[in-house]
Amino acid sequence: MEAAVDFEPKIVAFLCNWCTYTGADLAGVSRIQYPSNIRPIRVMCSGSVDPMYILKALLDGADGVLVGGCHAGDCHYVNGNYKARRRLAVLQEVLDESGIGCDRVWFRFISASEGALFAETVHEMVDSLKRLGPNPLKAIWFA
Amino acid sequence: MRIGVFICHCGLNIGGVVDIPEILQTLAGYDGLEYVTDYRYMCSDPGQQVIKDAIRDKGLTGVVIAACSPAMHESTFRRTAEAAGLNPFRCEIANIREQCSWPHRDEPRRATQKALEIIRASMEKVRQNEELSPVSIPVTRQALVIGCGIAGMQAALDIADAGYKVTVVERLPYIGGHMAQLSETFPTLDCSQCILTPKASEVGSHPNIDLFTNSEVHAISGYVGNFNVTIRKKASYVNWDICNGCGLCMEKCPEKTESHFELGLATTKAISIAFPQAVPNRPVINAEVCRHFTKGKCGVCEKVCPVGAIDFEQEDTFIHREAGAIIVATGYDLHPKSKVGEYGYGVVKDVIDGLEFERLNSASGPTQGEIRRPSDGKIPKEVVFIQCVGSRDQEDGYPYCSKICCMYTAKHARLYKHKVPDGQPYVFYMDIRAGGKGYEEFVQRATEEDGVLYLRGRVSRVFEENGKIVVFGVDTLSNKKVEIHGDMVVLATAIIPSHGQTDLARLLKISTDEWGFLSEAHPKLRPVESLTRGIYIAGCAQAPKDIPDSVTQASSAAAKVLALFSSDTLSHTPEIAVVDEELCRGCGVCIEVCAYDARTLDIRRRVAVVNEVLCEGCGACQVACPSGATYQRNMGLAQVMSMIDAVI
Repeated sequence: MEAAVDFEPKIVAFLCNWCTYTGADLAGVSRIQYPSNIRPIRVMCSGSVDPMYILKALLDGADGVLVGGCHAGDCHYVNGNYKARRRLAVLQEVLDESGIGCDRVWFRFISASEGALFAETVHEMVDSLKRLGPNPLKAIWFA
Repeated sequence: MRIGVFICHCGLNIGGVVDIPEILQTLAGYDGLEYVTDYRYMCSDPGQQVIKDAIRDKGLTGVVIAACSPAMHESTFRRTAEAAGLNPFRCEIANIREQCSWPHRDEPRRATQKALEIIRASMEKVRQNEELSPVSIPVTRQALVIGCGIAGMQAALDIADAGYKVTVVERLPYIGGHMAQLSETFPTLDCSQCILTPKASEVGSHPNIDLFTNSEVHAISGYVGNFNVTIRKKASYVNWDICNGCGLCMEKCPEKTESHFELGLATTKAISIAFPQAVPNRPVINAEVCRHFTKGKCGVCEKVCPVGAIDFEQEDTFIHREAGAIIVATGYDLHPKSKVGEYGYGVVKDVIDGLEFERLNSASGPTQGEIRRPSDGKIPKEVVFIQCVGSRDQEDGYPYCSKICCMYTAKHARLYKHKVPDGQPYVFYMDIRAGGKGYEEFVQRATEEDGVLYLRGRVSRVFEENGKIVVFGVDTLSNKKVEIHGDMVVLATAIIPSHGQTDLARLLKISTDEWGFLSEAHPKLRPVESLTRGIYIAGCAQAPKDIPDSVTQASSAAAKVLALFSSDTLSHTPEIAVVDEELCRGCGVCIEVCAYDARTLDIRRRVAVVNEVLCEGCGACQVACPSGATYQRNMGLAQVMSMIDAVI
């Protein structure tokens, strides 16, 4: 399917308070520009992100969901990022089976010092979602 | 809910990109919005006054401040709200600067839309926020220090000097740890006992320090501010309260045995004080060798003791203490002899380890400080030092670097050369790691001034032949095989956690790494805290380190304890997990998930219980709970769902 040229994907991002959210703050402080398609929701830990949140966002029509946590071994809460990674791996299988596609949900380790990486990740994700086109559920449910 | 929204221009930082008048207009009429306004600098005093006035005048029950990141001013604005009589947890920040106006300055129209959605999400959050007050915990302002080597001593003294009582538990009969066994210390070559003894006697006599040597932590319960400790004081068979340390018993005791303090290089008596400067200077009977205990008759010490301090009937006693904080400084051991067979260690008598060499060097050691080899007491003319024995060895040892061996080997080689000027020291090394103040210079002097021959390479084999010790090695810089017929070999064996440390960690419910070293809460930012609040770590118990680093870490652990003791109550975030007992079915999944042991199962009622002091509020249990019985305060499932709705 050829994506509409003017399609602007909407991304809901669950960012852990200690690493990725602070990294996103740093991108702003450093005035690194990235697309405004992302809607950050600050959570204490990526391990607190319920797969239901992601499903909810996708069912509501979000085109992509980003979950950002601390690097391996750096989790503020010992191992929440590993819990998140495992939960997301399972969820992605479900998404693939259901036709939404696992490519719409990204899990990334981004530290508080990686503002540039955060910006780069948003760029990449927006590009990738533009190639994928809008969330297919939108065509079915919101037509 | 009557929500007020306050939009900050932050000069042009926000106002220059985001169309604030449009937001003011669009927000009007949003469900629950009672009041919305903007101000040039919301964090300024007049800006804060705008918020306070509105809370009072409009009777607001929740506020959203749309401004910079919560990392900047969340606490500022929560204080503002509290000052106006609003519960601070009913104040939320919408970050429209760092995550909106700054990174999207070239797309003002879309940035305005994004800001609007961020504000709405915060409004949805605050709408469901509960009024909370911090959890308050009483703090027992007394500390427990486990292990009394240089790290434990330093930590205990720092806390005691600040005016708080410290209970110190040391497994051995004396304090000072391995540092008491050292001869000189790098990089200054000052005598270890000379710098240690004054500190040790200070610990022994400090009015705020309650010292238990020959004792171990038997049991522990409680949590930060409120630990209950049971100490087992092992029987010494000497009443230390009346003993005056005269030493007559040691002199007259007929039973000799190997000295643990001298690492088997000398003998001692069945009743002994480990070394002359020991603190406390009190003897202990080794019941395994004492004739009274093994043969049922003797009692010489009992007869000669002028004060009647010998007590063969003495038993282990259990002492209870309370502590608000615990510092674990249990030190290290060396890689055992049995594991270094290829170097003849444990078989060839003149192959020794670094600590044994320290004793040979020590003026109070078995040779009175003369370098004489253990087998025949001759002065060795060629000594081979081998570094990284067990360290940096993926196959047969440990992958980590033991950190102090490069320095102490350079020290050993230099001390040897100072005492045996016509002798030749060789050092086999992999790399020289001499990072530290004055360290590199120290190693340089070993080669330049003292003629220590450094050979970069490994040793394959060490064996005895015709009274010599043959060392097969390779020099990788000249790419040649090396064969040295030496008189003594000193192995820089790996530092490993002290025996029993893993059991102690289990008792304290703190974690260790795969080698048994204690894990710090964060490798960079929280290096002296364990993951259990109120338990701190110092010295080699955490990782191999030298004396300056151990002292530094001990003092910083003490500083953490003093910060904890700065108030008699401790405040803890109320944004933690709670359990709906109507829904909980007691499956215990949350207990597995909790990284802080903050959850237990009430067996009788079959419900999970949260210890609100231990819970850190990470939220992992809320996701894991299959019954929806767990609620993360002010970040509940329904709350996040509404936030998602607000941004889509």
